[in-house]
Amino acid sequence: MTLQSRNLIPRYLVVLLFMLIVLIPIWGALMSAFKSNTEIASSPFSLPQTWTLDNFREAWTVGKFSIFFKNSVIVTTIVVIASVFLSTLSGYAFGQLPLPGKAILFPLMLVGYMVPFEAVVIPLYNWMGLLGLRNTYWALILPQIGLSVSFGTLWMSTFFENAPRELVDAATIDGCNRWQTLWQILWPLARPATTTLIVLIFMWTWNEFLLALVMVQTEAMRTLPVGLAFFQGKYTSNLSLMAAGAIIVALPTVLIYIIFQRFFIRGMLGGAIKG
Amino acid sequence: MKPQTHRRPGESRWKGYLYLIPAFAVYLFFTLIPILETVRSSFYDWGALGKSNTWVGLENYLSLLNDSTFLKAFSNNLVFIIFYSFIPILLGLFLASLLGRFPIPGFTFFRTVLFLPQVISMVVVGVIWRWMFHPTTGPVNLFLGAIGLERLQQAWLGSFKWALPAVGSVGSWVQYGFCMVLFLAGMQRISEEYYEASSLDGANGLQQFFFITIPELKSEIGVALITTIIAALRVFDLVYATTRGGPGESTLVTGFLIYRTAILNNEIGYGAAVATVLTIVILSLSLLIRRLMTESTDEEA
Repeated sequence: MTLQSRNLIPRYLVVLLFMLIVLIPIWGALMSAFKSNTEIASSPFSLPQTWTLDNFREAWTVGKFSIFFKNSVIVTTIVVIASVFLSTLSGYAFGQLPLPGKAILFPLMLVGYMVPFEAVVIPLYNWMGLLGLRNTYWALILPQIGLSVSFGTLWMSTFFENAPRELVDAATIDGCNRWQTLWQILWPLARPATTTLIVLIFMWTWNEFLLALVMVQTEAMRTLPVGLAFFQGKYTSNLSLMAAGAIIVALPTVLIYIIFQRFFIRGMLGGAIKG
Repeated sequence: MKPQTHRRPGESRWKGYLYLIPAFAVYLFFTLIPILETVRSSFYDWGALGKSNTWVGLENYLSLLNDSTFLKAFSNNLVFIIFYSFIPILLGLFLASLLGRFPIPGFTFFRTVLFLPQVISMVVVGVIWRWMFHPTTGPVNLFLGAIGLERLQQAWLGSFKWALPAVGSVGSWVQYGFCMVLFLAGMQRISEEYYEASSLDGANGLQQFFFITIPELKSEIGVALITTIIAALRVFDLVYATTRGGPGESTLVTGFLIYRTAILNNEIGYGAAVATVLTIVILSLSLLIRRLMTESTDEEA
């Protein structure tokens, strides 16, 4: 028995400490969302004496989170579907098809994965203004697709490069053209890679803040993170209401994360390695 | 070129473009051209939309060098690198060396929790921590009071001295789990034989850490550096949701300065110059770290 395995308990205590540091603030916000403000002040982390959904109801209606939620769902759904579809095509081009100039195109696609939104937001803000597209879904959707396909292309091209060659050859012999090979042979195999891409783009789009803050001036077009930021300015002392709003924003990504965490973590670690 | 990408008989050599162009077009119009336009605008004295649009060459950049606000914002980003990058990486290495070489029962659950701050909107994180740091009702001060350290209680986010480290430590809170999971995953790869052989040679835990663990985790450390340093340089949401750069300029960061200059104050040329500097710094740092990583891996090979 080695020294390390005998010391399992102290090592677990350290792990527990780091987990608690992550969990305590999140737990506090979660509990606050079900409490009254007076109760938060006296005992922030305890379970609510009486559970109430009033905070959620108020945030949803008075705080207009129902509208922000709808906007976020619309924008995220379109961005995810379009980006994943386009990235599958372009990843296939990089991974499987003849593509003269690939050596230049590939690093060019990489740039978009590394630059911050700050690098593009100023002209996009001006152009969307000139086109009269500010305060529309387009102003949120198109730039987000533009940045998402950068990572998406790199991610999917790795999958297609490593796809089993015999399958592709067999499909060719059976008379499949390139399009059929993609959707009938390779696409079913790409499900893990595609799932990872879907959850990552979902998370990035759902949480995106700067673009949505800049492009939208009207309350009716705000997405959840922007809605929450303005909400915070308005109800600054109403902690329980703010906590409920924060939970509404965070819950969808946390749920998706818990369900798909294997894909999530693989993507975040793998994506980081690529970047 | 891999054999798979070979042309099929009768196929155009441009076939790939048919599949690439839809994605590339969106990328071109909404990412690549805007980047170039940002750089172009930075050479203009460009006030409110379309007005006083005159070429000034490098003047915006020269002004940046003497602009105390910009220098303050940029140096705050550098301080954030300590909190977003160095502290999480050190904590991650500490934990990895503590746990890494043995199968850890419950690792999946542990990993799930540690990654949680990574998936939550930074605005939500900001809202939560503004409450944690609240001067009177915030748990941080309540906790300090409860353990008899009243003299350490602060108006954390309202203090010129403490706001920057307070917001920075929120960054550490977000990033350390990511580093820990990354390094723990890397540790599973290191052969147990290295440690056994070095133990026989009389190496102690500290020596093993410096001469086996750290060199073996080199690529993971590189990845952690790139990701967390970029996060520190592009921080915006968290600052917006906690302090909006205040009090004064004590938590002002480059991202927020770009937003304030170009969008709120309509000084497009100057804001674009700040954005260009930030982009160049981020791109060259990522390339530099990647270069260092590949070089060191080549040496080993």
